[in-house]
Amino acid sequence: MFKIIVCIKQVPGTTHVNIDPVTGTLIRDGVAAKMNPYDLEALELGLTLAKDNEGTLTVLSMGPDGALSVIREAIYMGAQEGVLLSDRKFGGADVLATSYTLSEGIKAIGDHDLIITGKQTTDGDTAQVGSELAEHLGIPHLANVRSVKVHDGKLNCVYSLDQKTVTADIDLPCLICTDSGINTPRLPSYRRKLEYGDAKEQIRIFHFTDMEDQDESHYGLKGSATKVEKIFEPEKKAEKQMYTEGDLSEKTYEILKENKFI
Amino acid sequence: MYKKIDENDINYLRSFLPKERILTGDEISNDYAHDELGGIESLPEVLIYPLSTEEVSEIMRYAYEHDIPVVARGSGTDLVGAAVALHGGIMICTKMMDHILELDENNLTVTVEPGVLLMDLQAYVEEHDFLYPPDPGEKSATIGGNISTNAGGMRAVKYGVTRDYVRGLTVVLPDGRIEQFGSKCVKSSSGYDLKDLIIGSEGTLCIITEAILKIVPLPEQSVSMLLPFPSMEKAIEVVPELIRSKASLTAIEYMSLDTILSAEQFLGKKFPDTNFEAYILLTFDGNDLSQIEKEYTKVADLCLSMGAIDGYFVDTEERKKSVWSARGAFLEAINASTDEMDECDVVVPKSRISDFIKYTHEVSKEVGIRIPSFGHAGDGNLHIYICRDSRPEEEWKDKLNKAFDLLYARAREYGGQVSGEHGIGYAKKEYLKKQLGEDQIELMRNIKKVFDPKNLLNPDKVI
Repeated sequence: MFKIIVCIKQVPGTTHVNIDPVTGTLIRDGVAAKMNPYDLEALELGLTLAKDNEGTLTVLSMGPDGALSVIREAIYMGAQEGVLLSDRKFGGADVLATSYTLSEGIKAIGDHDLIITGKQTTDGDTAQVGSELAEHLGIPHLANVRSVKVHDGKLNCVYSLDQKTVTADIDLPCLICTDSGINTPRLPSYRRKLEYGDAKEQIRIFHFTDMEDQDESHYGLKGSATKVEKIFEPEKKAEKQMYTEGDLSEKTYEILKENKFI
Repeated sequence: MYKKIDENDINYLRSFLPKERILTGDEISNDYAHDELGGIESLPEVLIYPLSTEEVSEIMRYAYEHDIPVVARGSGTDLVGAAVALHGGIMICTKMMDHILELDENNLTVTVEPGVLLMDLQAYVEEHDFLYPPDPGEKSATIGGNISTNAGGMRAVKYGVTRDYVRGLTVVLPDGRIEQFGSKCVKSSSGYDLKDLIIGSEGTLCIITEAILKIVPLPEQSVSMLLPFPSMEKAIEVVPELIRSKASLTAIEYMSLDTILSAEQFLGKKFPDTNFEAYILLTFDGNDLSQIEKEYTKVADLCLSMGAIDGYFVDTEERKKSVWSARGAFLEAINASTDEMDECDVVVPKSRISDFIKYTHEVSKEVGIRIPSFGHAGDGNLHIYICRDSRPEEEWKDKLNKAFDLLYARAREYGGQVSGEHGIGYAKKEYLKKQLGEDQIELMRNIKKVFDPKNLLNPDKVI
């Protein structure tokens, strides 16, 4: 049985979030939440792979109990089971502590052939958790993966490297981070919602005590090597310029170049 | 006879308009000769981009004095030739009059110039937690164009059409006089409602230069559900039951797999599900998510009991985009799937919608031509496209006319109307005449004469 784990995260449901002026952190209370859109693409790839290889798919998330809703959503989309890593000791984690906690969670889940993460999250935006998770687990990994096939115990991956597309075989078990825009994720099914309801039987919650490493200093705020000093909203520019004369394609090129878009 | 534009006319117009906003002859792009469907072509002699009501007034005053025909045009996204200068003359393009002038949170209105694009208006009011409910698929159309055709769109089931959201209009009459019809007031029992006469008049009575539009508080929650069915017959049989169920629905759209696949090809983007023959797309909105959940549960259970394969949740920005962007591109996608097409935008009473969709399939077989359709099942407005598919000219015209005659005759029989939201323009005049009869057309002609005795504004359109 080919076992796939897909890491997912609950993020704010809109781009209109407020920032606490004192702590400089995102105010998440009262803001609608959703599954990180990049993770939906990872999940879609995982579900397709699981179907093609007669495998199973487990989703893994870390967060407060509210994050159960994205695990349920993944089950309504087709995942067989979900695991939530939830403990106050996990709170305030940076990339290092998050990826370490996830690696401990994966050890607690047990055997697996493939781990898939999305490209990045829409709230943290670091795009580093996937790669660091693979390092903690000591398994090979590739980022910006656009498509994959399983053959002869290896994973054949097509991935982007700046302006090049590369094809590579990597040994299983391994971890891949998907590129953005690689598929259109399927939608959650009402029939599966009727069938699984709150999916209590399909979801397990792991706490700090379920982790193999019982050293608290490796988790959460204590296990974080970095600290966010301040988050602020970038200034919005709404000015418009109109050009009607001359070589407009040349002008467009100049403006894009001047603003470093190309 | 209309006067042909000469050097003197151009010199006069240039006396108060800068060079870059007045184009003549070869300077005018051929895009301005036709609309989006391109059924008829004719270039204006002069193309002007005014910036203000006063400029439009001065252009009209001059045109009136010199018997020059004038056509107003927004983005040119219409489908019935309404924005084509059949007799040459002056074309007034409103695309530089694109300012949102005021958001009045005390009166719940937004005042705009006619060249504001629907997508820009929607985004602007939503940023301020308001909703401008009319939601035609063509988001790059201008508000002036939307008002001129009384555009409807996908939220009409719950919210109504453009007419229901126009409070007041500043207009320029054919002789250049500036008038304001309507106001910010909610009510009016003050004489004939000239504002309502202008809405849907397709630029034949006056030129809209400013509009006061009603807005509503933005519903906090909006969830869509995509329901796949094994066949179009099964899908549309659900629609009358949905209406009878008293569920509070914002939109009820129907779409076939063929149309979805055309949209995938056109956009180069995959639709979230293409495993079934037909789909119904529903939207629920409101402020209370638990109430919305109750509504969609009731509706989804009803649909499953009537043969729906499943119900898929379309509940986040990304999911809405993946589904609704395809829905918004259906027209262009069908257009790209054939060498030429013509459209029928009939509206029938809601109780007849499934009968009419089935009838389009019969006509397709009887006439022997491809007739894809999609549309607003919840308000009875269908968008039906007759596709040429490389047929020789004579055969194409023959089949097109046969199909149109059959479809419009059946729509009349069902108590329907020639156009639900695209207008009459040049292309559907004959069918309007058949529908309304000579007496009503004569009343309309007389109204036109009162506004435009010289028949200068968008001549030969609508009536």
